Amino acid sequence: MTPAPPPAPPLEIHDLTVAYDRRPVLWGIDVVVPAGKLVGIIGPNGAGKSTLIKVCMGLVPPASGWVKLFGDPLERAHRRVGYVPQRESVDWDFPVNVMDVVLMGRYGKLGWFRRPRREDREAARASLDKVGMLPYANRQIANLSGGQQQRVFLARALAQDSDLYFMDEPFAGVDAATEAAIITLLHELRDRGKTILVVHHDLPTARNYFDLLMLINMRLVGFGPTDQMFTTELLQKTYGGRLTILSEVAEAVREKGYP
Amino acid sequence: MSTRPSYARLLPCLLVLSLLLPITALAASAGGSWEDPAGFLGRTLRFLSLRDPAVRFAVAGAALLGISCGLLGTFLVVRKLALVGDAVSHAVLPGVAAGFLWSQTKSPVAIFVGAVLAGLLGTLTVGWIRRTTRLKEDAALGLVLAGFYAVGICLVTMIQRLPTGNKSGIDKFLFGQAAAIGSGDLALMGVVTVLSILATTLAYKELLISSFDAAFARAIGLPVRLLHEALMLLLAFTIVSALQAVGVVLVSAMLITPAATAYLLTNRLHRMLILAAGLGLITGITGCFLSFLGNNLPTGPLIVVSATFLFGLAFLFSPQQGVVVRWARRRARRHRVARENTLKTLYHVLESRSFHGDDVSLGELAQRRRETLEDAAREAQALVRHRLARLHPDGQSLILTEAGRQRASELVRNHRLWELYLTHAADISADHVHEDAEKIEHVLGEEVVRKLELRLNYADTDPHGRRIPVPRAASRPNPEPGASRDPLPPAAP
Repeated sequence: MTPAPPPAPPLEIHDLTVAYDRRPVLWGIDVVVPAGKLVGIIGPNGAGKSTLIKVCMGLVPPASGWVKLFGDPLERAHRRVGYVPQRESVDWDFPVNVMDVVLMGRYGKLGWFRRPRREDREAARASLDKVGMLPYANRQIANLSGGQQQRVFLARALAQDSDLYFMDEPFAGVDAATEAAIITLLHELRDRGKTILVVHHDLPTARNYFDLLMLINMRLVGFGPTDQMFTTELLQKTYGGRLTILSEVAEAVREKGYP
Repeated sequence: MSTRPSYARLLPCLLVLSLLLPITALAASAGGSWEDPAGFLGRTLRFLSLRDPAVRFAVAGAALLGISCGLLGTFLVVRKLALVGDAVSHAVLPGVAAGFLWSQTKSPVAIFVGAVLAGLLGTLTVGWIRRTTRLKEDAALGLVLAGFYAVGICLVTMIQRLPTGNKSGIDKFLFGQAAAIGSGDLALMGVVTVLSILATTLAYKELLISSFDAAFARAIGLPVRLLHEALMLLLAFTIVSALQAVGVVLVSAMLITPAATAYLLTNRLHRMLILAAGLGLITGITGCFLSFLGNNLPTGPLIVVSATFLFGLAFLFSPQQGVVVRWARRRARRHRVARENTLKTLYHVLESRSFHGDDVSLGELAQRRRETLEDAAREAQALVRHRLARLHPDGQSLILTEAGRQRASELVRNHRLWELYLTHAADISADHVHEDAEKIEHVLGEEVVRKLELRLNYADTDPHGRRIPVPRAASRPNPEPGASRDPLPPAAP
């Protein structure tokens, strides 16, 4: 019996450069994320953390380099990827209730024109229950607190039943109880073999929350087990002022045009 | 909020709204047949019988338009594209004129093609300006709207001065003329309406998610950009098919007004679609009716006036967001708090004499509350009206009813529990807690009270050493529905 080839890693990023309006925001990122890990993406404001996961999800085009999910280009991996966007990215006055939003997590698997079936509703209810929001299923989303809105987004991602999750600042502006509930849930997902990448910007909690840390400041400063990343040198490199040259060059590129 | 609109609550809304329209019909017809009621009735019957072919065509056209505009308009409103409807409708005018020039007649096909192309060119230009310059969407829309419209007006004027060709009716595209709707126009409207209904029902889920959360929709692999362009194409179709009836200037109102009205009446997208289409249909037919009665007042503006009238009603009386309804709700809450404060005072009076005797004189009440006897009498009347207390036969003192006694002791309990909680759990000094408790006492629900009691170990005296009363039946309905039924650990806003 020949040994099966090892499964492709959930996320592989190769020599990725991203530019907004011709101005580079991420330079030459190379990362291979192993399966079953909870990964924190850490870095100062404007470091390109959100941009990185947006490229992985195909929301922002790369200037060069490529991203593979489970060994496939994004177009063939949509169904294995879940997403929690930033809470402010949607209009919370939109005429939908909590259940409608969570059901959206099932749309990717349903495909075009098919209506959610009974099992989709069951899955959505189970996800709502997991985040403690089942009693709010019929509530209009405008009547939720920030923490509750975040829980709804998380429930929608759970309903996606993906193998790889990208979460953009899920802890931003939520209360302590919600933060604790979310991190418990993330650990539970990780223990079931899911891979989760979380954009996070609170350094002290990052140490306890994540298995692996990705330190980013317009480039990849470091990627590895959390305790190995928490060195003065690496953090200094990530948050310190040593990158002024990089941003100066980025500005020059914007003015003179990307080659 | 725990109260959510159901069809059961929406249908009466629609019914009332549609019943109100004939009243305006009467008013609108004042000029012509008002002095002649028989004539008015005759004309109404003639309209309802659909005997005149012109009426048949106008009504069918307006009804179809109402449906397609309501559906499309709903997506414009929830996608914050209301101005796009306005811009496209103005941008089609040069296309109409070009189609006319090209075919040299008022050929519906040529005009349709020209108008759709011009409308799409308009939306593409808006997107192009927005993407390549620092100008924002509103400025781009304003530019395109006015620029295209101006070109259109010039072309239309030129056509009217042409020596040759059949140029009659080209100016009707500015304000529309429902009476001139032909079978070709009607077929076009029918096709567009069927397309709109098919698109919104088949791709409902895709349109919903790309409208609510475009990034998420793209992340699950939906072609969001394509969906948007398809919606814009359908919008252009709808607008062009509506030109004959209402003209380029008022089409945007057909799109936005019923959808905006529906937005005020419901919290769910599918209900909003149904409502907007229904309102479009009703106002379309009403507009035709008014036009028929009112001695040939133009149909398009009358449709828009009816739709705007219904919007005004929804704005004032929508169960959730209506201005008047909210005002009434606030007023009711203010009155309830006032009554509850009176109840509390009665309790305090009774407590001060260790609950000997049942009746409290109006004088005692006035003295406690530091107010005039007239005020006290008015407050007493309010309690009597709500069966919280009854007046002693001599008219000078109050006796709490069972319900009043119950509520009074709940309020005092809430007040004292809250004071105790603040001093214990939040370390606020005892002389700072009264003001806060004065407000909180009115909103604490039984469920929170249970939690407070548990947390405070069923303490029986407040920080000032007074007894915390125990109301007999703790299971009375919550006075403010939904105020504090919170099964989760309270999440901070």
